[in-house]
Amino acid sequence: MRNWPAMVRALPLAAMGVALMLTPAAGVAKKKDRDKDGAAAQTPYPSTYRPYPGRPTALVGGTVFDGRGQRIENGTVLLKDGKVEAVGGADLAVPEGYDRIDARGKFVTPGVIDIHSHLGDYPSPSVEANSDGNEATAPTTPDVWAEHSVWPQDPGFSRALMNGGVTTLEILPGSANLMGGRAITVKNVPSLTVQGMKFPGAPYALKMACGENPKRVYGEKGQKPSTRMGNFAVNRQTWIDARAYMDGDHAQRDLGKETLEGVLKGEILVQNHCYRADEMALVMDMAKEFGYKVTAFHHAVEAYKIADLLKANDVCAAIWADWYGFKMEAHDGIPENAALLQQAGACVVIHSDSEDGIQRLNQAAASARAAGRRIGIEIADEAVIPWFTYNAAKAMGIGDKTGSLEPGKMGDAVLWNGNPLSVYSRPEKVWVDGAMLYDADDPKRRPVSDFELGLPGEGDVK
Amino acid sequence: MSRRLFTSLAAIATALVGAQAQAQDFAVTHATVALGDGTEPISDATVVVRGGRIAAAGAGMATPAGIPVIDGTGKWVTPGIFAAYTDLGLWDVDAVDESNDKSADDSPFNAALDISVALNPASEHIAINRAGGVTRASVTGFNGKSIFAGQGAVIDLGADPQMLVQPRAFQVVSLGENGAKLAGGSRVAAYVTFRNALREARDIAAIPAGADRKSDVLLTHADAVALVPVVQGVQKLYVEVERAADIRAVLALRTEFPKLDMVIVGATEGWMVAADLAAAKVPVLVMPMNDLPAQFEQIAATQSNIGRMTKAGVKVGIGMFAGMNQPRYAPQQAGNMVALTKVPGATGLSWGQALAAITSIPADITGMGGQKGAAQGVLKPGAVGDVVLWDGDPLELSSAPVKVWIDGIDQPLTTRQTRLRDRYKSLDRTYLPKAYDW
Repeated sequence: MRNWPAMVRALPLAAMGVALMLTPAAGVAKKKDRDKDGAAAQTPYPSTYRPYPGRPTALVGGTVFDGRGQRIENGTVLLKDGKVEAVGGADLAVPEGYDRIDARGKFVTPGVIDIHSHLGDYPSPSVEANSDGNEATAPTTPDVWAEHSVWPQDPGFSRALMNGGVTTLEILPGSANLMGGRAITVKNVPSLTVQGMKFPGAPYALKMACGENPKRVYGEKGQKPSTRMGNFAVNRQTWIDARAYMDGDHAQRDLGKETLEGVLKGEILVQNHCYRADEMALVMDMAKEFGYKVTAFHHAVEAYKIADLLKANDVCAAIWADWYGFKMEAHDGIPENAALLQQAGACVVIHSDSEDGIQRLNQAAASARAAGRRIGIEIADEAVIPWFTYNAAKAMGIGDKTGSLEPGKMGDAVLWNGNPLSVYSRPEKVWVDGAMLYDADDPKRRPVSDFELGLPGEGDVK
Repeated sequence: MSRRLFTSLAAIATALVGAQAQAQDFAVTHATVALGDGTEPISDATVVVRGGRIAAAGAGMATPAGIPVIDGTGKWVTPGIFAAYTDLGLWDVDAVDESNDKSADDSPFNAALDISVALNPASEHIAINRAGGVTRASVTGFNGKSIFAGQGAVIDLGADPQMLVQPRAFQVVSLGENGAKLAGGSRVAAYVTFRNALREARDIAAIPAGADRKSDVLLTHADAVALVPVVQGVQKLYVEVERAADIRAVLALRTEFPKLDMVIVGATEGWMVAADLAAAKVPVLVMPMNDLPAQFEQIAATQSNIGRMTKAGVKVGIGMFAGMNQPRYAPQQAGNMVALTKVPGATGLSWGQALAAITSIPADITGMGGQKGAAQGVLKPGAVGDVVLWDGDPLELSSAPVKVWIDGIDQPLTTRQTRLRDRYKSLDRTYLPKAYDW
């Protein structure tokens, strides 16, 4: 396969065998640490993120999509102390002391969430020196943590914020390995350190990958796994060993097995790269065999073939709108995937796996919805918004904290200059925990990473 | 299908695969019609197609008598999308090498490579993109081991075996980061390689047929011969560069090789040298959504690139569809350029300009704007009868084609994807496995 290097981003990283993995975020460590005889008494690399100062803000008169399937015309959203204070209709009074933003003719949604990103671990510019997404040296590397690869100066974070309204994202290891390591969930705030972005209290996740990538990467090295059956054999033995470790005395710490133990205890989620219907079915049985749960299948282009099975197993499908054909296991992707899943009552998450796609998750969702409409599946705007907000949050284990506009949740919100499901709309203002971090009307509210400072195009509208 | 290239051989081949659909005269009335020439859409307008060509397009005309009339009320009509610089017809599954003819890393040839022999009209991607409103495309190969990627072609996406509209429509050379790498490690080497290649082409054009070349040559005979039309300005030269400085360097080549008929491809930093491009009258094909410093040569990337260049008078089309940048995404990308007109500080395109950037402008840049034969990518009398009827605003995410005509022929919109969709619309497998559902 060959494409222009300058447009290599037009290919999914997953297609290139550039490994994409998911790992969990931070908050689960407390319980786990108790099992460690105090060896890891503190959550390592703890989040130092603190919400930036915001002002009490009232978004008044816009169409509000709450991210849970509700639509409020002429609605009001109140943000205060970093939280959503209240959401209501025209009858919701704006208390004293609020900055009032006229949202008439505009739309308000929760902050956009991407469950599958490699920002920071495959940053821009795409140079070997910063290519840190795949520890492709062993088929299982549950010991590596994506957060240790994240370059916070990746300019991609700012594009996701300004053009995509993204306030939270999960950064995964790649998919070269069966078990690629831990993913990290971050708030999309410019930061010197990854700890300064780390989503407080988000669970970690283990990124797993089935199918072509692991067997190709290791088969080409002349080692196991070189087949799909090899993939399963290595996975199963690894789970057996992890169980033995979990049942043991933990006298000797094992970083990888600590992650796997977390999965077996249900503290660490599993985000599983998997394309084909038959393989997803096998993976769900493997999860049953060893007593863990797959939270979401990522890139699940054939999810529509087993929508019933996914629903029965309560596993989300995190998907593109209509990517297909770039590799054998992606051959059967269709644009109606999301709509067919929704029709079956299964969980739909629209993901990007791309520093470009993350800027347009709303557009991908709109395209996917339209494909469904053309075969008679009607999904209202307000039911599409959760595909890139609440459903993603839920599948990342942070559905109680963000992903919807509900009182008490994080003040993550986007004011769009039109319906976010229209190609003609863009974010106008974005709040993260109640702090306005992007304002299209204020050039100084465009974050500029250290990398871009002093280079052509610095601070330009992007 | 190109009637110009319609040979008796093709007719026989067609007969072998089934009855060939014929162009039918028809009209669409009461539709919102966008001509594709940069003008804004016309409401309650009519398009008439006769003999496989556009006979008329506009408002205020009487409904033509004696031909089928389609009521376009509530619908939109555009010319077929012209997808510039694609990999259509060159692969089945991108990562399955045996199915992929995009590049030949181990071939001793480069400029002589002519992708037209590998084009596969039965590729599922032809049908899928046709169903998205794409009726014409240029197709390019990708560099193997040389800065020259070989010669691209122009195709139509009709459901017939004769897809080739013009073979060897252009030669491709990479002179940015990629070209530097292929030339041995630097841009310096890429330019020496390029100049030497053109010198060898000049030399080979000058010697009598059958005479020996000088011994001091690097190119194979076939590659040197392939570059003769480039150096003579008969064949377009597509130059892949991104950086502002690289664009300036490429424009300067014309003082040395005045006949080069160049198109800049990429030009992520084109907005920084928009005045130079406009003055040189060199057209540009871009990926309009590029807004990241994906490479060092794209540091100043911004989505306002195409808008700023257009404003400066550069002829810019949207292109570079390969991999998962599917040709059928062209309307979405054009729509995003319209979205920029509402973003403070950004420079976008008007709706009419945006449609032109995926229809008449890329067709024109490709030499298909009526320079020879019927114009493509535009609804005007005499142009090819490529017409798309949409169920709404063609640039909007909610819209899709409901009918597509190519050369006046009503095209099937069934694809492998629609077949999969229809098979799995219901998951019921009570009585028979899904394999019996077809």
